[in-house]
Amino acid sequence: MLRFIVRRLIQVVPTLLLLSVLLFAWLRSLPGGPAAALLGDKATPEKIAELNTVLGLDQPIPVQYVKFLGRAITGDFGNSLITGEPVTTEIARALPATIELSVAALLIAVVLGIPLGYLAARYRGRPLDTTTIIGTLVGVAVPVFFLGYLLKQWFAVDLGWFPPSGRQAVDIEATHVTGFAVLDGLLTREFDASWDALTHLVLPAIALATIPLAVIVRITRASVLDVMGSDFVRTANSKGLAPGTVRQRHVLRNALLPVSTTIGLQTGLLLAGAVLTEKVFVWGGLGTLLAQAIERRDYPRLQAVVLLGALVYVLVNLLVDLSYAIIDPRVRVR
Amino acid sequence: MSALLEVEDLKVAFTRRGEPDSVAVDGVSFDVQPGEIVGLVGESGCGKSVTSLAIMRLLPERGNRVTGSIRMDGDELTALSDGQLRERRGRDLSMIFQDPLSSLNPVITVGLQITEVLTRHRGMDKKAARAEAVELLDRVGIPDPRRRLDAYPHQLSGGMRQRALIAIALACSPRLLIADEPTTALDVTIQAQILDLLKQLVAETGTALVMITHDLGVVAGLCDRVNVLYGGRIVERAERHELFRAPRHPYTHGLLGSIPRLDGPPGEDLAAIKGSVNDNLPWTSACAFAPRCPNALEVCTSVTPAPVEDGRFLRCHNPVGAS
Ligand SMILES: Nc1ncnc2c1ncn2[C@@H]1O[C@H](COP(=O)(O)OP(=O)(O)OP(=O)(O)O)[C@@H](O)[C@H]1O
Ligand SMILES: [Mg+2]
Repeated sequence: MLRFIVRRLIQVVPTLLLLSVLLFAWLRSLPGGPAAALLGDKATPEKIAELNTVLGLDQPIPVQYVKFLGRAITGDFGNSLITGEPVTTEIARALPATIELSVAALLIAVVLGIPLGYLAARYRGRPLDTTTIIGTLVGVAVPVFFLGYLLKQWFAVDLGWFPPSGRQAVDIEATHVTGFAVLDGLLTREFDASWDALTHLVLPAIALATIPLAVIVRITRASVLDVMGSDFVRTANSKGLAPGTVRQRHVLRNALLPVSTTIGLQTGLLLAGAVLTEKVFVWGGLGTLLAQAIERRDYPRLQAVVLLGALVYVLVNLLVDLSYAIIDPRVRVR
Repeated sequence: MSALLEVEDLKVAFTRRGEPDSVAVDGVSFDVQPGEIVGLVGESGCGKSVTSLAIMRLLPERGNRVTGSIRMDGDELTALSDGQLRERRGRDLSMIFQDPLSSLNPVITVGLQITEVLTRHRGMDKKAARAEAVELLDRVGIPDPRRRLDAYPHQLSGGMRQRALIAIALACSPRLLIADEPTTALDVTIQAQILDLLKQLVAETGTALVMITHDLGVVAGLCDRVNVLYGGRIVERAERHELFRAPRHPYTHGLLGSIPRLDGPPGEDLAAIKGSVNDNLPWTSACAFAPRCPNALEVCTSVTPAPVEDGRFLRCHNPVGAS
């Protein structure tokens, strides 16, 4: 098992390298560079050229890349062109917000999705199933930001049940320990701060969870139906096992294999969705950093954020493969 | 002696919305005495598996209609509640399936797949069940049984998997075992071993066996009585020696003719039954086998042959040797 993990971790390196090359080349092929964006109205060709020299952007792209790589290996991804701060500092500050949002969304999607998908399969063709299928169709079809605005309008603005934006009310005294607002409140026993953060989290987490939830429901349902028709479930029934045993030991364990793959793939989409959700709810996480960086062509920040996203994606999928190895004995030998 | 299993006028129709029902089993009746080995023989698609699944009540929940009576020890299985049936499955009657690989759960150990029956029906605790499972694996001829308990199905050979399935089916010493082509997925040499094992085990335990096969050769060494199934109906039933000595139904005759005989002249052509099940006529107004039958008369395509029971059961207008 350990060898499997190490081997997979080593595979991460070339993946990230390749991605960084592509990213580097792609960014620099975009029209308009950071200099033009920074200078705004005052941009003249001379001033742009001057600034490019300062930023080192006048050098050939391969040279720039090698320099970037040399520094990146030491953990230095440069300073943001917008704020002048090291991008790693910026990211460290914004990361907890995004993780909190994504984890909450993923939790909702998994905790609701698997049972719902299972129930839909079990009561196939009944109203519960039909309703669920229609719900998931709507769920995947509605754009995240549109759903975000709807939720915000109804439950925050019209009904006033939840705060419309931000991570915490401004008048709340909160001590920061980990940067995860809900968790910090629990750790420092500032439960009102925790509660406040939680109410802020609800709407954006639901908006972000919708698509992965719908996908997980559908995959679970299909997978459970597939397994219920399999020969070994028939064998289990032929042994006269209690229905609960058949369900848990024989149906669910097998049915969860494709679901775990789906969860891994969904984290990629989740990161993309987080950018949109953060914008709607003024969340101030990585998504906000990224959106700004794209607008202003902040190369250092863009590079760092995208590579981080890729790293997370790869690691989550490694986790998925590990979960596979735990559930499915056939994987271990390979 | 009263019968252990009595199947009476069993009909299974598969229903699809917007399509006429397709009748897979069309009024099958047979019985099994305690400890007896009964064969159910016929070519692919004649309804052997559907019959056995109907007896076990393991057909899909939807999309089919089962009528008729299935009694075990006089109890009507079709009338039992789901819970009552689960009490008896695995304990009083159990089943072995055709494909040992797909019939075992790939993600749990062979040991657990055996012990779960023991804990369920014999009230054993985990430890006792494990000890008993070792015993069972040993009895079905799996070497090094203690180690095999922790193996997963994919780590066993095909023959060993089928042995494990037999161990599961016999774990609670059921009085009836249904084996649905238990050897077709195996190599020829392994087939013979598994058949020998089954024969020996049912003899030891007094379990009655319903042996389902398309291969009369399998029946020859094993069964006391044989039911020949064609197009969802039993066309002939006789005691084994009777059947092999003098097959009366042209279909049985054809099946026998397609077995190579060691005592036949070398180079002799095997007589195959011409045509395929697709040529069947509806039983409602003809003999289903008529289009493929060498003995067919005009009446065969227009009148359903009535079942005749004298010494053996036969459903034929013009049996072999009637002249
Ligand atoms: N679930 C099902 N839905 C519809 N038709 C079915 C279903 N299962 C079986 N049948 C049909 O019932 C008929 C009998 O099938 P069955 O599986 O009993 O054949 P068999 O005698 O066991 O053949 P084989 O030797 O190939 O296993 C076939 O025509 C088959 O197409
Ligand atoms: Mg079959």
